[in-house]
Order: sequence, then C-alpha cells, then structure tokens
Amino acid sequence: MVARAADEIAPGMVVNLGIGLPTKVVDHLGPDFPVCLHTENGLAGIGPTHPPETADRNLIDAGGAYVSTIPGSAFFDSAVSFALVRSGRLDLTMLGAFEVSQHGDLANWKIPGKFSPGAGGGIELAQKARRVIVLTTHTDRAGNPKLKEACSLPITARGCVARVFTDMGVIDVTDTGFALVEIAQGITPAEITEATGAPLALPKGDIPTF
Amino acid sequence: MKLPDKIGTLEEAVSCIGDGASVMIGGFGVPGTPFTLIRELVRQGPRDLTIIKNDANEADMGVDHLLVSGQVARLVTTHIGLNPRAIAMMNAGEIEVEFNAQGILAERIRAGGAGLGGILTDIGIDTELANDKQRINVDGKAFIVESALRADVALVHADRADPFGNLAFAATARNFNPLMAMAAARVIAEAEQLVPLGDLNADDVHTPGPFVDELVVLNELSEEYAVVQR
Repeated sequence: MVARAADEIAPGMVVNLGIGLPTKVVDHLGPDFPVCLHTENGLAGIGPTHPPETADRNLIDAGGAYVSTIPGSAFFDSAVSFALVRSGRLDLTMLGAFEVSQHGDLANWKIPGKFSPGAGGGIELAQKARRVIVLTTHTDRAGNPKLKEACSLPITARGCVARVFTDMGVIDVTDTGFALVEIAQGITPAEITEATGAPLALPKGDIPTF
Repeated sequence: MKLPDKIGTLEEAVSCIGDGASVMIGGFGVPGTPFTLIRELVRQGPRDLTIIKNDANEADMGVDHLLVSGQVARLVTTHIGLNPRAIAMMNAGEIEVEFNAQGILAERIRAGGAGLGGILTDIGIDTELANDKQRINVDGKAFIVESALRADVALVHADRADPFGNLAFAATARNFNPLMAMAAARVIAEAEQLVPLGDLNADDVHTPGPFVDELVVLNELSEEYAVVQR
C-alpha cells in the first residue's frame, strides 16, 4: 500500500508527507527521483534521515526525525513555511486519518476525551494542499470502518480528500461518494464493501489489484 | 558611527519577566528552543505566566520545567502531543490551553510584530477552532478574524549574533524565532556564538538588531540542546 502510494508522486512535485505511514512513502522513491519534500518546521528539499550518531541537532522534520539537506535545499521560518502551503505551492500531501467521509471530509486531529494534542499544521495541509491523499488502515483497532457516510469526530477540513489508500484497497472520493479503484491481493469485493461504512461503487469488469 | 552593544547577563535579562507576564518562546521541538533562558526563568520563578510556543517540548526539557514548577497559567500553542504532562495538566484544568493552526499562530505573531490588528483567513473555518471567532465576507468569500499576538517578552535562540543583536539562525532552528523577535515589547536573545560587528554579512542577518533588546551569550550548551536519543 505504501509502495503503491508512492506512485502518486509525480516528477517535479512539491510534497508534504504527514507523520506515521505517509513518511514511509519516501522509502519507495529512487534517490534520483525529482521531487521537493517540504516539512512544516521550515525546510524544502528534505534529504535522508540520520541516526543519532550522525544527526545535526538543528535539523529535524515536523515529526522530530533527524533529516538532512540535499543540494538546493532551503530553510525558512514558520510563516514562510505555511505561506507555501496556503498559497497553493504544495502539490500533494499524504496524511493519516481517523475517519474519512464519502464527501471527502477528513477527521484526523481529535478524539474528544481521548486524544487532543492539537492539530499542529494538519488543518492547513488538509485544507490547502492541491491534492490530499489519505493513508490509513481500512478499519480501526476495534474493526469499525474508518470510511463513513459522515465523520463523527471533529473535522479537520471538509471535502479535502481525493483518494484513500488502505490495507484493503485504493478508493477515490467522487461526486457520488466512494469508488473502488484497486483492491489488495487476497481481498474480495464483498469483504471491502463490508468493511466500508458507506456505499462503495465497484469498477466495471476486472478490479485491478496491488 | 558604531552600533550599540546589547550584551547582558542571563540573570539581569530574564529579571524583566514578572508574575502574570506573557512570554513568547521560540523553537519547534529542540531546534531553536532557548533552553538556557527557560532554565533561568524557572530559577527566578515568576508565576501565572502565559506561554506562547509552538509546542510544549518533551519530558524534562524546556517548557516542561515551567510546567513542573507550576509557573504556567495559560499555553498558546499548536501541538503538545510529545509532552504527556502538558496534556495531563490541560485535562485536569491546571493549565488553560489555546490551540492554533500552526501557520495561523505564525501569522498572528507576524501580524503582531508588523503592527497589524489581525489577519483574515479561511483556515479552520469548518472546525471548532473557528468557534466564537468573528466572521467577515470579503468579495464573496468567508473568512474568520484571527487577532494579532504580541507578548511582554520574547525569548529566542540564535546560532550567531553580533553585539548589536543582529541574529542568524541555524537550519530548522529558525522556525518561530524571527517572528517572535518582532512581536514582543522586550526581546531577549540567547546566542551560541558571538561574532564581532561586521562579521555577520548584512545579507545573512535573519533578525535585524533593532528588534533585539538584550543579548545573552551562551558559554556552553546544556544537554537539552543535544540530539534527542529515542
């Protein structure tokens, strides 16, 4: 799923990968792949991560990982960093999710009474990136669908999600709701439909697998 | 003509912070956090502080010391997920926490530093962060009003400084530092390296000296500044 998600990154893009699963997408891009990775804390042109022994104490990504620069990297302050996001210069962001609605609403920042550390830069990424892709497990730990007719948790941004990658499939958010694009090997259309909390349109004919 | 010298002592610089003060603190995680100034703030002990900082650091680091000492009444921030104590104190009602979208906190501070009253934005307009905020339509588009932020004092961390207070930041240690350095009535900078006037190329100054009131030169860096072993 993470490897398949890496195909979404086209040459020349400016991309922000959220904390968690999305960060791993970079492992599937070749060292010479032309892309500019952005991190909210003030770097465009993220290089490989470093172990503590060789880390620069002043050089982290927004998740706290010790990263590096590459030829052409630039540092900037937090206002410039989000000017880049809000003005439409960010071509793509990949984020995690608690819930995604069939209208593309995203909930990923707060579970009232349980998890409320603040949204950080997540609202701006979700609301202003030109394309928002979600990487998540298809269901939560209790087995409940994360793809729903409507989000029950506080919203991060409305109508922002274009495509969802899960362990069961690749699902687009369309004008008429969720549409299955690809299905994971070993999963049946009935299984993914059952695990989805909203109507899921199946493609005509054979469903591509990944 | 010669530019004035603003080098002061740590104790004297921080002594301007009294009970009830609002204090902006630079840094995003470890990089750019003025750990030495924070330690002195803990030692001097003013209480009922409003702390404005991107995050609450981690256990036993930076802002966490101010939480342990009970000096914080209010925290204006974006994300405190790496500090369980901050979350626990928020949940217990021991501190008040105001969450902002990260770039909006930056813009509110920038607006405060630029002498503006606030900004208009649609960020978070569908979220609970927009609750109780004024809405304005401009050319048919809906915005919320985010007020400008200023503080009594800003504490910032620089990599290099000259005696006039021209500052240069290192790598991702820049973050909120240059914004906060514009947005407080009194700005105190700590610097890892003091260089003579003229050694910072005028093109390479990130925060111009006129914004800085007092400069504290760090003779050594405590463990808090080091790479975090996870």
